Amino acid sequence: MPQNELVQNLDLDEYKYGFVDEEAHVFRTTPGLDEDVVRQISKHKEEPQWMLDLRLKAYKIYMKKPMPQWGGDLTQLEDTLDEIYFYVKPQEQMERSWDDVPDKIKTTFERLGIPEAEQKVLAGVGAQYESEMVYHSLKEEWASAGVIFDSIEDGLKNHPDLFREHFGTIIPAADNKFSALNAAVWSGGSFVYIPKGVHLKTPLQAYFRVNQERMGQFERTLIIVDEGAQAHYIEGCTAPVYSTDSFHSGVIEIVLKKNARFRYTTIQNWSNNMYNLVTQRAVVNEGATMEWLDGNLGSKLTMKYPSCYLVGEGAHGSIMSIAYAADGQHQDTGGKVVHAAPNTTSSIISKSVSKGNGRSTYRGLCKVHEGAINARSNVECDALLINDTSRTDTYPYIEIEEKRATVGHEATVSKVGDEQLFYLKSRGMSEEEAMALIVRGFIEPIAKELPLEYAVELNRLIELEMEGSVG
Amino acid sequence: MSDTPILRISDLRAKVADEDLPILKGVDLELGRGDIHAIMGPNGSGKSTLAKVLAGHPGYEVTGGEVTYRGDSILDLEPDERSLAGIFLAFQYPVEIPGVSIANFLRTALQARLQGDEELDLFDFQDELIDRLELLDMETSFAERPVNDGFSGGEKKRNEILQMAVLRPTLALMDETDSGLDIDALKIVSNGVNKLREENPDMTVLLITHYQRLLDYIQPDAVHVMVDGKIVRSGGPEVALELEDQGYSDWKEEVVTA
Repeated sequence: MPQNELVQNLDLDEYKYGFVDEEAHVFRTTPGLDEDVVRQISKHKEEPQWMLDLRLKAYKIYMKKPMPQWGGDLTQLEDTLDEIYFYVKPQEQMERSWDDVPDKIKTTFERLGIPEAEQKVLAGVGAQYESEMVYHSLKEEWASAGVIFDSIEDGLKNHPDLFREHFGTIIPAADNKFSALNAAVWSGGSFVYIPKGVHLKTPLQAYFRVNQERMGQFERTLIIVDEGAQAHYIEGCTAPVYSTDSFHSGVIEIVLKKNARFRYTTIQNWSNNMYNLVTQRAVVNEGATMEWLDGNLGSKLTMKYPSCYLVGEGAHGSIMSIAYAADGQHQDTGGKVVHAAPNTTSSIISKSVSKGNGRSTYRGLCKVHEGAINARSNVECDALLINDTSRTDTYPYIEIEEKRATVGHEATVSKVGDEQLFYLKSRGMSEEEAMALIVRGFIEPIAKELPLEYAVELNRLIELEMEGSVG
Repeated sequence: MSDTPILRISDLRAKVADEDLPILKGVDLELGRGDIHAIMGPNGSGKSTLAKVLAGHPGYEVTGGEVTYRGDSILDLEPDERSLAGIFLAFQYPVEIPGVSIANFLRTALQARLQGDEELDLFDFQDELIDRLELLDMETSFAERPVNDGFSGGEKKRNEILQMAVLRPTLALMDETDSGLDIDALKIVSNGVNKLREENPDMTVLLITHYQRLLDYIQPDAVHVMVDGKIVRSGGPEVALELEDQGYSDWKEEVVTA
C-alpha cells in the first residue's frame, strides 16, 4: 500500500481557515507522531488554548504508557504507528479512484444491493450523495427541538462551554494508551446534545453526517443526554468500510443525566487489515438507562468494550454485542459495567461467531462498589464455532465489594453440529445455507434489536460470509 | 410390475463411518408408487440406520449394494440433493435450531427448491403455510416458534409432520415417529400422515417403528421384520400382529442359529 494514500479526514471547512498546500506537504513527509504534529493539528482546527494544552498533556501520557500486554496481539501495531501519518492534508478531491477499490469490496457492495452512487461514497471515492438531502431535512427537525448534532469540531467552536464541561471527563486521556493517543490527535466525530425532556423519535444517524466528511481515523464523539431526554444514535453501517488506513482508534463519551434514556447502536465492518481499538463509555446518572448495541465484523484485531458507569441510584446499563471473527481475525470484545450506586442494574449479552481460524474473545468486567446495595448484574456470553479450527475464549472479571449485590454469569460455547447440518440439509438446504441459518438464529436475540434495514443487511452479510466456509 | 419402483434397495450394506462396525448386512426392499411399508425390529437391529443411510447421513458409510430412487442411484447424492429429489426423512430425534422460527426455516427450505435467482413469493408462502397448518389442525402461532427449541416430544414430531406437509415429498421415511409419544400425540401424528396420504395417494411411505400400535392408526400394505441388519421376514399386516404376540425373541434366535 503506498504510504501517501493514507488519506484521512476530508473536512472541507478547514480550507476556509487557510490550510495551505505547503504546510500539508510538510506533514506528509513526517510520518509518526511528535509534539509538533499535535500542535499543528490544534492550530489547523483553530482551537482554544485549553484544547491544545489538553492534547499536549495527552501526548505525553501516550508516550509514557506502555502497549497493553493483554487482549490481542499488538506487536505489529508498533511498527505501523511509526509509519502512519497522524494528520494528513485534507483535500477537495480524493486521489483514490473507483478503479482502485478492490473487487472483493465492490462485489460485496453489489450483493448487498447498495446502489452504485452509495457504493462510491462508502468506498470513499464519491463526492455527491442523495443522503445530503435526507440529512438536511432531518437536521431541521432536530434543530427545532433544540437538538445539536454537529461535527465534533463545530461542537467545540459553537458550544464551547457545554463542550468543555464534559469533554474528556468520561474518558480521561490517562484512561489507557489509546484514549491518550486519541485525546492528542483526535479529528472528526460527532457532538450531540439532547435537551431536557426531548424525546427524539427518528434515530440520529451518524452515517448521513459522516458521509460528507470521511470517517476519521481518530474520531471523537461526545454525547450529552440531558434530564429526561430520550434518543437513539446509530453509527456505521453493515457495508464494509473500505479504508487504506490500517489503524482506527476512536473515543466515544456519553453522559446521561437524571432519568435520561439513550441507545447507541454501532455496526462496523472493517477491512481486514485494520487494527480497531476503541474506547466507549457512558456515565449513567440517577434513574437513567443506557443501552449499547454493538456489532463488530471485519478488522484484523478489534479491542472494544463498551462501558456503563452506573453512578446514580436506580441507573441501568445494558450492553448487547455481536462479534464475528472470520479467517485471520481476532475480535476481543465484551463490556464493562461499574455499579457505584444503590439499586443499579445491568445486563451484558455477548454473542460471538468464529469461522475458519478466526478467534473471538469475550472480555468483561462487572464491578460492584461498596455501598451499591441491591445492585444486580447479569452476564451472558455465548460463542458459536463454525469450524474445528475456530477459537473462542472467555475472560469474565468480577469484582464485588458489596455483600448485598447479585451478580450472575453464564457462558456457553457451541459448535455447529453435524446433526444440525444434516437436519437442515435433509430439508434441501445446501451446507452454506444451513450454516447461515444457524448463525442467523444464534445472533437473532440481538439482531432483532436492530433497526429493520440493519438487521436485513446483517443477515445478508452473514450469508456472504458463509460462502466458502464449507471445507 | 411395469412401473419403476419408487425405492429399490438391493443387498445394502453399511457401517458406522469411522469404525469397523457393520450395521446393515444386506438389505433388500422394494416400494412401488403409493405403497406404505413398515419396518419393525428390535433395538439395534439397524432399522433407524437404514432410514439415515437412505437420507444420506454422513455418520454412515455404504460398503456394498445399491439404492435406486425412481430408477436412479442416490448413493452418491448429498442429503440436500436427495431432499430436492423428493425424499423426506422424519427424524426420530429432531434437532433444535435456536433463534430460527419454523416459518423462517420452511421458507428457507422452499427457497432452496427454486432455480437460479427465482425468489419465493412471501404471500404465496404465507398462504401455503396457513393451509398446511389448517390441514393438520395446528395453531398458526406454532410456526412462529423456534425450530424444536424447548419443544415437548410430541411437538417435535408434529413439527416433522408439518415440514412433511409443506415439502410434499414423493417418498417419506418416518424414523420411529411414534417413539416417546403418548396415545393422543400418536393419534395427531398418524392423522396427519393419513391426511397427507388422502391428499396425495401417490406418496410412498416407509414407516420405521418398534411398536405395533402405530400400525393401528396407519395401515401398511406390507410389514418387514428386520433383525441384525437384515430383513428376516416380509408379509402383510398380519406379520405385525404375530410380532405383538410373540415378540422379537424368536426372530433373533433364528438369526443366531441360521
